[in-house]
Amino acid sequence: MPTDVSNPQYYHKVVDCQWACPAHTNVPEYIRLIAQGRYTESYLLNRQSNVFPGILGRTCDRPCEPACRRGRVDGKPVAICRLKRVAADLRDDDIHEYLPPVPAQKNGKRVALVGAGPAALTVANDLMPLGYEVVIYEKNQRAGGLMRVNIPSFRLPAEVLDEETQIILDMGVDIRYGTPVTSMRSLLGEGYDAIFVGSGAPKGKELELPGRRETDQIFIGIEWLASVHFGHIEKIGERVLIIGVGNTAMDCCRTSRRLGGTDIKVIARRSRPYFKASPWELEDAEEEGVQIVENHSPKRFIVEQGKLVGMELDRLRWFEQNGKQKSQVIDSVVIPCDSVILAIGQDNAFPWLERDLGIDFDENGMPVVDKQTFASTKPGVFFGGDAAWGPENIIWAVEHGHQAAISIHNHCMGIPLTERPAYGMNLVSSKVGMHAWSYSNDYSPAPRSKMTHEELTKRFSKLSVEVELGFTPEQTVAEVERCLNCDIETHFTSNLCIECDACVDVCPVSCLTITQDGAEPELRTRLMAPALNLTQPLYVSEALPQTKRVMVKDEDVCLHCGLCAERCPTAAWDMREFDLLVPYAGRAVQMVTLARAEARRPVAAT
Amino acid sequence: MTSIQKPPVRHPSLQVNALGLTRRDYEGAMSTLCAGCGHDSVTAAIVQAFYELDVPPHRAAKMSGIGCSSKTTAYFMRQSHGFNSVHGRMPSVASGANAANRDLVYIGISGDGDSLSIGLGQLCHAIRRNVDMLYVLENNGVYGLTKGQFSASADVGSKSKRGEANVQRPIDPVLLALSLGATFVARGFSGDKTRLVPMLKAGLRHKGFALIDVISPCVSFNDHEGSTKSYRFTRENYHDVAPVDFVPLQREITAETEAGASVSVTMHDGSIVRFREVPSDYDPTDRDAAYAHVRARQERGEIVTGLLYIDEQSADMHETANTVARPLVDLPYESLCPGRAALDELMDEYR
Ligand SMILES: Cc1cc2nc3c(=O)[nH]c(=O)nc-3n(C[C@H](O)[C@H](O)[C@H](O)COP(=O)(O)OP(=O)(O)OC[C@H]3O[C@@H](n4cnc5c(N)ncnc54)[C@H](O)[C@@H]3O)c2cc1C
Ligand SMILES: Cc1ncc(C[n+]2csc(CCOP(=O)(O)OP(=O)(O)O)c2C)c(N)n1
Ligand code: SF4
Ligand code: SF4
Ligand code: SF4
Ligand SMILES: [Mg+2]
Repeated sequence: MPTDVSNPQYYHKVVDCQWACPAHTNVPEYIRLIAQGRYTESYLLNRQSNVFPGILGRTCDRPCEPACRRGRVDGKPVAICRLKRVAADLRDDDIHEYLPPVPAQKNGKRVALVGAGPAALTVANDLMPLGYEVVIYEKNQRAGGLMRVNIPSFRLPAEVLDEETQIILDMGVDIRYGTPVTSMRSLLGEGYDAIFVGSGAPKGKELELPGRRETDQIFIGIEWLASVHFGHIEKIGERVLIIGVGNTAMDCCRTSRRLGGTDIKVIARRSRPYFKASPWELEDAEEEGVQIVENHSPKRFIVEQGKLVGMELDRLRWFEQNGKQKSQVIDSVVIPCDSVILAIGQDNAFPWLERDLGIDFDENGMPVVDKQTFASTKPGVFFGGDAAWGPENIIWAVEHGHQAAISIHNHCMGIPLTERPAYGMNLVSSKVGMHAWSYSNDYSPAPRSKMTHEELTKRFSKLSVEVELGFTPEQTVAEVERCLNCDIETHFTSNLCIECDACVDVCPVSCLTITQDGAEPELRTRLMAPALNLTQPLYVSEALPQTKRVMVKDEDVCLHCGLCAERCPTAAWDMREFDLLVPYAGRAVQMVTLARAEARRPVAAT
Repeated sequence: MTSIQKPPVRHPSLQVNALGLTRRDYEGAMSTLCAGCGHDSVTAAIVQAFYELDVPPHRAAKMSGIGCSSKTTAYFMRQSHGFNSVHGRMPSVASGANAANRDLVYIGISGDGDSLSIGLGQLCHAIRRNVDMLYVLENNGVYGLTKGQFSASADVGSKSKRGEANVQRPIDPVLLALSLGATFVARGFSGDKTRLVPMLKAGLRHKGFALIDVISPCVSFNDHEGSTKSYRFTRENYHDVAPVDFVPLQREITAETEAGASVSVTMHDGSIVRFREVPSDYDPTDRDAAYAHVRARQERGEIVTGLLYIDEQSADMHETANTVARPLVDLPYESLCPGRAALDELMDEYR
């Protein structure tokens, strides 16, 4: 069966990073813009989908990187996330004129957002240019949600956060600080056309073990981080145990290191491969002298004369039984400590949301939210971010925000929520000469650039000293060239092919085969190199003119080097730049901002 | 010319041969031929054949003359020996090399211009001497390198790019080789590697002179309507006498691979060439029958391809000349150059 490349999702999937990004950020294009020194445009392209490039360039969970094709080619993905930061650091200071204009004439619809975290801010970002009046209720004194009160400033400087949240607020959002919503009933009574709940998952999980209530030196991770942020806590004991090994634990141990902790241990029930924290977070923590203790399970807090002196823990051995991981206690050990921080997860809580309003909750106390539309069971009330299905991350919160904004717009305009604007694509040849392409098609063998970190003594001198120093210009130049430009697609026109085999023979990674058509599983076995990676698609052409065989391409490790197109005598293969047109609320697609930035700036010579 | 070199990266599931080498280890420099040239495809088939035969690249010698075809020795096996001779003189240089070192695997690459015009005499004598080598004649009916003049293999009536028809009768390298007593004669098509690769492997293993005439379209000067050496014309008119399988000595012959084979020829090293579904009027070990078959088919306007004739019994150049069994390079200096006394003794014999 010939592959249908007119469906934008086929070529989208080839761009592994963009496909893996919840917000479908056009990674390769923004990397090329950086390569050309067009930082502002790169920033704006990022902003279009992920809204907070400066924040995400430092803190994103980066699902794109494990997906990156480069990882399958030489073992290490492109440093996509930190390149995002380069664009953010080097962009023009003032970008207001490139943002979509906010009409002075409002459309008469009023929308209330609960919370000013990334989810709600994205909703505001998408709705303001459409003429909505947006009111945000925020219980804190600043915007940003957990990004502000939980993510430590040594990872995310306050100025970056201020700038990127302010850009949205400056669109004319009516933000009411220090105003917690205490009753959904009364909010509904205010007569808003739609309400978006982006209040997050604010409750840290408890660990009720003997001794828990006998000391004031046991803290709940997210509350403790917030207290540190607000300046209520400035010190911690010298010996600290962090229970749990997720993202929160990583921030707690590193923050402890800066508040007087010298002997810090992170206690994990399982072994490393099962940790929730990302490998790079663990690396950063260990670099700061934090110790990771595997296979230990908390048993009790040891409190003597009202003073916490240690914890008793079971040492575990893990094994498999009936396909399930089981643990067995080997013995128990006592680890002395002065403070303990619990970082074992977060729960949702909606104490302010009455349960008799037609907004249904399930047996776990979670709101019933539609996966596609983000609608609750009450028309006009939407949920997104951590509030919808529990703790996730910033980039997911942003994508929820985009989708919820589409729903809110549909709702206010009387369009069914399920009638969502479609994805589109542009596909333009990147051929600019006999053997010249509009992108850098040569393969760079450079290894992944390593981020330089502030030296330890400086780091610990003040909580807000940023650890990562950003890429040097040399590192940036090397790293952008590692990108394989997966969005420059190999596009095939079967009726032009004369079956000379030139493309098949030249392909360095044996992607191409001309052969008899067949069922995919069987076809995969008789290619130039067997296509064993089943997560990667096969492209199959229509029957070729001379022999009626088909051209098959295994997308897995295509380098997008363009050699097939260069060696093709008839241009049956062409390298075409694919641009996924992602729909946003009220705007099918908007390359407007970019076009404007481009018009202003002379194209940098490359 | 391409804009970049081939990146040094390979597919993770690319197979290795008995030497632990991948197909890519048998590649050479980036081709500078026109995109789509049949010769590049022949190069890829040669790469595949050497890879599958587990030939150590440094034990092979690549010989060629002048022409686009002759340039291609640079595009495979970058670690092999090589000699790029003057126009049409590859056969004698190859004979000389083979005389000096009989242990290397020799492959000569030539074109229809290089072999059938300026080098015709050279080719004939290499066949006559039965030099142990594979001679690949990349046949496109034109002088590609000098921009498309008809060559001596152009068919009567075949049209040039500007529309003139060729009027001189062609020399068919296959018939020429059969009549000169060549011991391995085949014809292939660059656009059909499934047939070409086993043919190349058998040719490389053959002891003596193996000629493979490969129809190899010139995309730039001879791939148009009216040409009888275009991709389309060849695809529409070629007829394979019998598909061959090359079964190397090491591999066990299973009942399944034997099925349908009508003729098997055991090669000097024990490898086997199997012909599947050979037509009844044809015997690839009978020179006259092979000649008659090719002629008869040609009369019907068909391009006959396949391994057309094979003779594993004949003596090659070294046997005929009764030369020393070891390559000269491996002989001790004293026997290679026995000194003044031995020379004087020899001279005395002629007095
Ligand atoms: C310690 C820690 C570190 C993290 N690090 C990362 C990281 O590096 N990268 C990453 O991608 N993600 C990280 N996360 C997760 C990420 O911060 C969240 O997933 C994300 O902020 C969720 O966004 P949100 O908009 O849903 O809600 P939140 O960011 O939680 O914002 C909710 C907002 O609503 C307000 N609010 C709540 N209830 C009310 C009410 N009743 N009335 C008015 N206002 C209210 C809150 O004050 C808050 O400002 C981390 C989380 C934690 C706890
Ligand atoms: C002595 C000599 N005479 C003539 C030439 C010019 N010349 C170069 S290549 C060539 C013909 C090549 O034709 P062919 O062998 O068919 O090679 P192709 O380019 O078609 O592959 C000629 C006549 C030459 N290089 N040297
Ligand atoms: S190589 Fe570049 S474009 Fe391709 S997946 Fe990785 S980041 Fe994306
Ligand atoms: S761009 Fe073409 S030649 Fe290059 S790796 Fe991909 S399929 Fe092969
Ligand atoms: S190089 Fe072009 S014409 Fe030749 S086989 Fe490939 S796609 Fe077809
Ligand atoms: Mg020629």
